[in-house]
Parts: sequence; structure tokens; C-alpha cells
Amino acid sequence: MARGNAGVRRLPGGRAPRWLPGLLLVAPSILAIGLFVYGLIFWNLRVAVSGRHDEVTPYGFDRGRNFVDLWDDPSWPPAVRHALLFTVVFVGGALLLGALLAFLMEKGIAAEAGFRAVYLFPMAISFIAAGVVWRWLMNPAPPERAVGLNQLFGDLGLDALANDWWQNPTWGMAAMAIPAIWQMSGYVMALYLAGFRGVPDELREAARVDGASEWQVYRYVVFPQLRPVTLSALIILGHISLKVFDLIMAIAGKQIITYVPAIATYVEVFDRHDPANGATIATYLLLAVALLVIPYLVWSVRAERVR
Amino acid sequence: MLGRATGRRAVAAVAAVLLGGTLGLAACGGGDDGGGKGGGDASRVEVFSWWTGPGEADGLAAMIEEFKRRNPGTQVVNAAIAGGSGTQAQAVLASRLQNRKPPDSFQGHAGAELLDYIKAGQIEPLDSFYDENNLRSTYPQQLLQQITYQGRIYSVPVNIHRSNILWYNPGILKDAGLSGPPKTIAEFKTALKTVKDRTGKVPLSLGAQWTADHLLENVLLGVLGADAYNALWKPGADWSSPTVTAALNDFAEIMKYTTAEAASTDWQGASKAVVDGKAAFNIMGDWAYGYYVNPAPNGLGKKVDTDFGYAPAPGTDGTYMWLSDSFTLPKGAPHRGGALAWLKVAASKEGQDLFNPKKGSIPARKDADRSLYKGYLEYAFNEWNKPGVKLAGSFWHGVYASKKWHTDIDTAVGLFLQSKDVGKLQSALVNAAKNNAQ
Repeated sequence: MARGNAGVRRLPGGRAPRWLPGLLLVAPSILAIGLFVYGLIFWNLRVAVSGRHDEVTPYGFDRGRNFVDLWDDPSWPPAVRHALLFTVVFVGGALLLGALLAFLMEKGIAAEAGFRAVYLFPMAISFIAAGVVWRWLMNPAPPERAVGLNQLFGDLGLDALANDWWQNPTWGMAAMAIPAIWQMSGYVMALYLAGFRGVPDELREAARVDGASEWQVYRYVVFPQLRPVTLSALIILGHISLKVFDLIMAIAGKQIITYVPAIATYVEVFDRHDPANGATIATYLLLAVALLVIPYLVWSVRAERVR
Repeated sequence: MLGRATGRRAVAAVAAVLLGGTLGLAACGGGDDGGGKGGGDASRVEVFSWWTGPGEADGLAAMIEEFKRRNPGTQVVNAAIAGGSGTQAQAVLASRLQNRKPPDSFQGHAGAELLDYIKAGQIEPLDSFYDENNLRSTYPQQLLQQITYQGRIYSVPVNIHRSNILWYNPGILKDAGLSGPPKTIAEFKTALKTVKDRTGKVPLSLGAQWTADHLLENVLLGVLGADAYNALWKPGADWSSPTVTAALNDFAEIMKYTTAEAASTDWQGASKAVVDGKAAFNIMGDWAYGYYVNPAPNGLGKKVDTDFGYAPAPGTDGTYMWLSDSFTLPKGAPHRGGALAWLKVAASKEGQDLFNPKKGSIPARKDADRSLYKGYLEYAFNEWNKPGVKLAGSFWHGVYASKKWHTDIDTAVGLFLQSKDVGKLQSALVNAAKNNAQ
């Protein structure tokens, strides 16, 4: 079909341009994405720079004051701090744990397929369902009322490990990252495992022949080739982390102690009835995710071209 | 390939967030003053509520039966939406109102919680409805005053719940050597300390952040008294006064005796701790009563006086801190005649007496049938109708604070739970009042 013109129908008065069928094929999704993604992004920006702090005031234009005023909102700086802390712990933890699991698998383990499935299963559970369980597991009740993990630690004589989990005012969000790590590290493992398997045995053999120790084989031959995998995992986890909503909603609800930007958007729009503030927060979120995703897209497009 | 997939996923996810941000769009212009006058299509009525739980759904069904008996020609659509004390329903309602597809009547907490709808011109004042149906004398005067906004009334209260109730475990009080529930805030503080020192139980059980807001309104009322508390919600009120400071200091001290794991539970867990013998006291609205006494699975099947006792929250005897579910008349209701007929049933003695015993609340009207209300409800009924009772609106449950004010106070309290800084709490409350003067 691709050869010659036999497959392309002739239109009356001339030949159909080669690009036309392809364009027609993707046109619906271009339209839909244009309207429902970029159109709504634009509309969100419009609301963010408006003075519409309730459902009656006309939109107007307030020269981006919302973006500055937001920082005076007492709940916003904690939300940002929580999101950053959560992101650092979650992304770091999931990457390390995922890489470690993949490394162990790669070294050869009996019933590998079984383990792989076990580590991947958590990803099949929604954050909401897992959150309900983790809410119970991470309960900071004192020993006489302890449940969940603290009770387990108590029964095992590990009382020193019992802690406040996410209800610690300073480090609570780090504990909040535990369920997310549990859920996503299997996925990271799968990415890394594919990465490890992608390193040809010949390369390792060659290094060994040259007298490299097993550690040096990994340090100088295998790990450098995993950089693209690490970057992909970083981006995927990073944007999940910045937008985290359902997990926190299920574990803590809308409490300040675990307030994050996505929850703040919901509260501003549906509880406070302040569309402009909600849109401003959503814009900050978009910018934060864009900071992660755009360099990555540029990089991957370049990499594809080189190939 | 991976890159493209990630990019699109990110974009789609962003769009999902943005959707949330842009739901508040269509402007709803103000307009005529209908005043709830009669007339309009009565072939149908769509009644929107979040009464889907046990008890309340039965009450609603009973009220719908009464409506059908009175209006055989009108088809009733029960558009109740389940979920989290109305949060789901309110999100759905907001988008319906903005798309100008209102239900014929919707449930809302009476009072300032309706302000956003009022200011957006989404609901009609009901003054002439009140006049035509002689309702001004059937509801308590103070109630009508407290739900009046700029001289007009916008909703029809169906039921009354009480916020200022102290629930306690008689056994733990006995073990602590306390003769009965504390009557003042000072006694309350002593009692909490005694329970802590002598029994090692949780002195005051608390749940998620909002239950601390609920506690705050009770401590404010207990320290300031009804008049000063009511005045806090009027324009120009002084939240920086030393009396408010004193109340907040009491609040901070009382908070020291609350559950360590509070944030992990909602009000049910906090209330249950009392009947389970884990906590001595709990301050919660009177919906806790139904939860205590109803048989499983909807309740705990406990007995009043043996498993738990109740009293007005410390320092609030003689004041009824109320909240109320009410129905409204949306502007542009598609079946206005049906809506007015529904409001008539909701305002009627029969309607309220059918609904409330099932829901576990008392009628807002003064002339309801006392014999239908047993146990705690009999007590509540008598307190509500007691001569000389003072009414105070619950800010947390929608009477005195608009949704913005309400959320801003919630934020201030949430920050306080971490910082424990009374000075910061007070200045945040002063700001909240200043920014949300209504």
C-alpha cells in the first residue's frame, strides 16, 4: 500500500496529498486534546489571573496578584513544604528500593516471576483503597491503645520503633511517603529490571575478561547504561508525587497537617468557593510538573533523533 | 515512546486538576425579588439532599409520602446523593447551579452557609412564603433572627440538631471520683486533669481536625456566654479582645487532654471511645446519640445512663447551640409550583413530626407533637422549647460563618494543632473575621 499510489483513493480533480489520511486519522484526538487539555489549561490561566474570588464577581484582570497573595495565605507555605518533603522522600525511596529489588532479581533468584508479581501487585491497588489500610497501619496511638504497625512493633518488643507516623508535625509527610513507596517501588523495579536485561551480556563478559571485579562491572558497565531508566522513573514518580491527592485524602482527609497543593485546590474551589485561588494553585502545580516534564521531553526527543 | 506516554499522562493529569479549578465559571446574574410567591409548574418536584444514611433516608421517605398524600398530581424525584456529610452532594449541586440546571429544592444548612448561594443570586428569598403560610410565629423568634440575612429569609428549617452536648462515661467518672459531669469550663479543666491523673484514660476524646473546630465553638460559647458568642459573628466584632484570648487559652489547655491519635479518626471513633471505656468525655453534636443507641450495623447498641451519659457542654447550660437542615427555593427552579408545595410540607407540623423521630433530631417548629420524641430527643425537645432558652448558631455547622470564613477558621485551628501557639491562633481568627465580614 505504501508503495505507489494504488492504495490512496483519487479525489476528483487531483491526487489526495499523502499527509491527508494521516491527518484525518489524528484530527479527532488533536481536537479533543486541544479543547479539553490545552483549552482548559488556558481557561485555568485565565481564571488564575482574574479577581474571581467567589462565584459572582466578574472575572476582570488583576495582573497576577493572586500568585503573590497566595504566599500570604497561612495554609499555602505548609502545603508547599509538605509537597517538597513528600516528593524527596517518595521519589528517593521508591528509586532506591526499586533499584535494589531489581538488582537482587537480576542476580538470579528462585521463583523470580513470583517475586516480580508480588512486588508489582501493590501498583494494581488504587491509592484510595491502600490509603484506608495505611490509615489504620500508621496510627500513632500510645501503647495501651496501639493498633497497626505500632502494635506490631510493641508485640515484637521493638517499642523504640513505634512513632507518630504522619502525625508528627515536622516529619509527618515523610511517613506519608511510605505507602506511596510501597505502592510504586514495584513499578520502578520493573523499569530497572528491563534496564538491567537490556545490558548485553557481551559487555559484561568483555569487562570480566579485562579483569574487572563484579562490583566494577556494575559500577562502570551496567549502572551507566541505566541512566535513561533512572531519568524516566524520576519523571514519572516526580509528577505523581507533586500532584498527590487521593492517597492523602484517604489517609488524612483535608487536615492542615498533611495539606498539599492538590488538596488546597480542592478546598479552595469546593469548600471556600474561591475559583481564582484554586486556579492559581493549579497553575503553580502545572508549572512545577512542567519544570520536570519539559526538560525530559526535550531530552528524549533529542535522544530519538540521534538514534 | 516512554517519553511521549509520560508527557501525555502528565498533561492529562494536569488537565484533571485544572478541571477542578475551572468549575466555578458561569456567572449567575442577580435579578428579580421573587420572595417565594406562589405559582408555577407543579407537575413534578425534584428534591436534592444528602439524606441517604440510615434514619435520615427513612425520614425523607416519610416526608415524601406526606407530600404525595397532599399533592397526588405531583411526581416526586428524590435526588439524594450519598457521601461524607454532604460534601459530594454540595460539589454536584455547585455545578448544577452554575450550569443553571438547579433542582427544584435543595437541602442546605440554615444560615450563613447559604450566603454563597444568596450572593450568587442562586436562591430566592422566602419572605412571602413565610407570610402566606403564617410561619413567622411557628418558628422561634431567635431562630428566624439568626437565619435572616439583610432582612430576608432564604430557607425553611426542617430539623434542629444540638452542637453543645458533652458525652461522658459514667464508670470512668466514678473511678476518677467525680460526682457528675462538669458544669463550667473551670470545672471541666479540673475534671480532665483528675481523669488523667487517677485513671490513665483519655480525658477528652477527639477526632480529625474538624472535631477540634467543633470543640472550639463549644469552648467559645462556654467561656463567653451566648450573647458575646453571638456577637462574634456580627460585622465589626472584636476577636482580639482579652475575653477571646481567655477562651482560646482555655481551648489550648483543654486540647492538652485530648487523644494523641486524634487525626486518625473521625467523630465516630472519638464518640465510640467514650462508650468503649477508653475516654471519659467527648464533645460532639447530638447525632452521636443515634450512633450510640441504634442497633448494629448502624449504631453501637449502647444504653443511656449505664454506657454513657450526656449533659450540656460545660458552661453552656441554658443555651441551645443549634444547627439545622433546611430547604431552599433555587432561582429558576424548573417546577416552581412543585418546589413551593415541597417547602410547605417541609415547614409543616406533620412533615417535621414524620421526619425528625426517624432522623434523630427535633422539629424546628414550636408546636410539634412532644409525645413522639423519646429518650434524648425528649430532653432536646424540652430544652429547645424551654421558656428563656438562649439560641446560639453553630459556626462550624453552617449557621454563622460563610464557607470562606468557615474554611479560614478551620485552617487556623489546623495550624494551631501543630504550633499550639494561642497568639497565632487568635491573630488568625482576627484576620479570618476581618477578611470575611459578611
